[in-house]
Amino acid sequence: MRGFLIAVMLAASTCAGPAAALEAHTVSKLATGDSDEKIAAIGALVAGADPRAAILLQALADGELQVAGKRVLIVKSGEATDAATGEKVTPLPAEREDVIANNRVRGAVQGALAALKLVSPDRATRLAAAKELAGGADESVLPLVKKALEKEGDPAIRPLLEQIAATLELKGGAKESRIAAIRMLAQSGSSNAKTLLLSALEGEKDEDIRLAAQASLDRIEGRLAWNQRAGLLFAGLSLGSILLLAALGLAITYGLMGVINMAHGELIMIGAYTTYVVQNLFRAQAPGAFDWYLACAVPASFVVAAAVGMILERTVIRWLYGRPLETLLATWGISLILIQGVRSLFGAQNVQVENPAFMSGGIEVLADVVLPWSRIVIIFFALGVVALMWLLLTRTRLGLYIRTVTQNRSMAACVGVPTGRVDTWAFGLGSGIAGLAGCALSQIGNVGPDLGQSYIVDSFIVVVFGGVGQLAGAVYAALILGLSNKMLESWAGAVLAKIAVLVFIIFFIQRRPQGMFALKGRAVE
Amino acid sequence: MSHRRLFVRKIAAFAGSMAVISALGLSAPGAHAQGKTVKVGVLHSLSGTMAISETVLKDVALMTFEEINAKGGVMGMKIEPVVVDPASNWPLFAEKARQLLTQDKVAAVFGCWTSVSRKSVLPVFEELNGLLFYPVQYEGEEISRNVFYTGAAPNQQAIPAVEYLMSKEGGGAKRWVLLGTDYVYPRTTNKILRAFLKSKGVAEKDIDEKYTPFGHSDYQTIVADVKKFAAGGKTAVVSTINGDSNVPFYKELGNQGLKATEVPVVAFSVGEEELRGVDTKPLVGHLAAWNYFMSIKNPANDEFVKKWAAYAKKKNIAGHKDKPLTNDPMEATYIGIHMWKQAVEKAKSFDVAKVSEAMSGQTFTAPSGITSRMDEKNHHLHKAVFIGEVKADGQFNVVWKTSGPVKAQPWSPFIAGNDKKKDEPALMAEKK
Repeated sequence: MRGFLIAVMLAASTCAGPAAALEAHTVSKLATGDSDEKIAAIGALVAGADPRAAILLQALADGELQVAGKRVLIVKSGEATDAATGEKVTPLPAEREDVIANNRVRGAVQGALAALKLVSPDRATRLAAAKELAGGADESVLPLVKKALEKEGDPAIRPLLEQIAATLELKGGAKESRIAAIRMLAQSGSSNAKTLLLSALEGEKDEDIRLAAQASLDRIEGRLAWNQRAGLLFAGLSLGSILLLAALGLAITYGLMGVINMAHGELIMIGAYTTYVVQNLFRAQAPGAFDWYLACAVPASFVVAAAVGMILERTVIRWLYGRPLETLLATWGISLILIQGVRSLFGAQNVQVENPAFMSGGIEVLADVVLPWSRIVIIFFALGVVALMWLLLTRTRLGLYIRTVTQNRSMAACVGVPTGRVDTWAFGLGSGIAGLAGCALSQIGNVGPDLGQSYIVDSFIVVVFGGVGQLAGAVYAALILGLSNKMLESWAGAVLAKIAVLVFIIFFIQRRPQGMFALKGRAVE
Repeated sequence: MSHRRLFVRKIAAFAGSMAVISALGLSAPGAHAQGKTVKVGVLHSLSGTMAISETVLKDVALMTFEEINAKGGVMGMKIEPVVVDPASNWPLFAEKARQLLTQDKVAAVFGCWTSVSRKSVLPVFEELNGLLFYPVQYEGEEISRNVFYTGAAPNQQAIPAVEYLMSKEGGGAKRWVLLGTDYVYPRTTNKILRAFLKSKGVAEKDIDEKYTPFGHSDYQTIVADVKKFAAGGKTAVVSTINGDSNVPFYKELGNQGLKATEVPVVAFSVGEEELRGVDTKPLVGHLAAWNYFMSIKNPANDEFVKKWAAYAKKKNIAGHKDKPLTNDPMEATYIGIHMWKQAVEKAKSFDVAKVSEAMSGQTFTAPSGITSRMDEKNHHLHKAVFIGEVKADGQFNVVWKTSGPVKAQPWSPFIAGNDKKKDEPALMAEKK
């Protein structure tokens, strides 16, 4: 690092005065040198603070920098400009090679880019840059931070810059300023601060600094531990919502109707593949509206899965009511047919379902706790589906019919409920909800022919654990299983956690075979 | 008793090989071979959990047979592939292997991916004296006279990758998370790596070993734990996660914003094919160690990629027909088949013992840009090691490579007791 600082100084002295073009030598080192030379060149570019330097470094970060012979080019969507002078280069040279930046170089580039933005006239740019550097800055940017501090008057940015400078001076500098920096770190409370403090503690002789660092470290660790618990709670909720979505359809087909539906997982899979097809249609037909493909995929996956479910009910399952073993075998056979069908249609490989832009990435709610948008969306989606299903079952005529048929089929038939048709609709509803689950799962997991296999067991566990015959049980069961699985996982590892949860369920079912909540239903008769 | 059993086994092996020879009509090899065919087995899962990785190996094998047949076949005989599907079911692998060797009487078998499938067919190949070409990187700890290993041993993949991450260039990692799927390959590899790290002075508290079940899909807590661990100093993650679990793992990494510049993840079972289903933009800079990348530029690779693209289009292979991808095990399959052909032609026979002997020292211009050589003794290929960083388009930038091929060490020196084991198959060692 020291060598790097010297390089920066040297570069600063050679690039005295604003040059119209970037130093050709620096640019060629950046493009063709080894990592040390590249990083030295980045330092030189930062020190020069030329506006073209930012463009060049951005190009390197984006992988748009290429070398053709001795020329260094920025190639963007088929058009090349000379990296040093900014002139257009036509025609595009045929022989070009990418400039490869490894993690070390890329880290330096990111720091340099943020540092260059610190002196931008735009307040928002400066704030964003300061925030990025506060997350973990390299010592190399210290001169720039100091330079920025001289001018910076904004009340939001200035303290950030002070904090960055303080952390960068943690290792050197005067004792008072170091202790002040250590105290300041305690307030930030990120794991980066912890790393910095640990490295400051290492080999430190001064007792005052040690004490201050230890105190700050304890405060940060206390806060991090709470943040971690919050993160765990979210992870549990997220897993719970996924289990709930996967099991909700089964809660109707198995829970209410009593059909041991082994093809439930494949209905989920069909929902996921429908999402894939809709996504491809959007990509081909309306690339501009790609981010909104889910709005179309959600109803489509419901309709397709429901249609498949209704066909199954009409053709196969209907003839097997009251014969659970045969139903089990028949639906299992159907599941194999569906898997193989999808495999011959789409191939054995997993297919790629891309998240829309608003669902990738996450939001940092606490230091070190990032909640991925996709999971947040799925939690709310699950809540929405539960709410809709509750409304449908309690507030509509179809719901009323389904409940009557569940409770007493012959009496319902006597008063004129078309029980056969109700069965088909109910099975279609359950299948459609499985399709919705597939649509949601496609956003966070794999979409392949075997997708359903990994959820079928979990779905049955949720329904049986919650209590066959009604829905509230499934909601509670999914949440309890999700939370307990995640708690155990952080404590005993993923393999043991899974075993522990299954053992718990075995004991629970032995003690209480009817599940957490039990209602009288067709399955109980 | 054991003598008798050995005797019986030898008889069986002899009978088996005689059966193979007679079935192929090889008593007069090369005489009038026109119009004759030789059967070769392909033993890859085309369904089940491993289909995601293995299906494409079946296709690349068929492509290579077609290529060889177009050029006149092996010793003038056309290759007739016998494709079976062991369905990711380990005992079924053994059954199918037996069927290939006894019913179809194939001259060689190209197949297996997971170590557990290889372990399950191994006794069958040894009993019936078959010939297996295994194209995937694995944990070592095995040399069989009936198997040729065209994938990497730990010293050709895992150890160089860890050394790179330790170096200044790789970020100078001080703490290590060894993350894997819970079965024999990751467990053994991590045992070797742990011993290696300790030999480099890494303390016990700076190594964290974690396992997840096959098909695990929820990596929230694991990624959060990695973050927590990384607060204690510069950390690197070594991932031996296998199969499609990698997709949710990398998605979670991207969503939780764990950047490669902060915590690099190096993977041993993630290649171009596995990243097909992932949005790679947030993953730029994470690493993989292999002996081949599709992005390597040289004439042999250009030709290989072009051939594959044309073949995928012609055969309408799902996925590959629009976006052809090649990867390391595909290259290893390709090399293995060509080397087998060369060895057969050198031995002028399909006899397993003769072909095995002819295999040693066999060379082939590999798409990875080196001249691959089969070791004279240990049945493993000499391979160059590459470390690549993920690019935004799902390909890899090679950021480090060995200066030349590296000899395989199937018996890792980092496992106690291995120093006494011979670097050649047991029977050969006995003879000397």
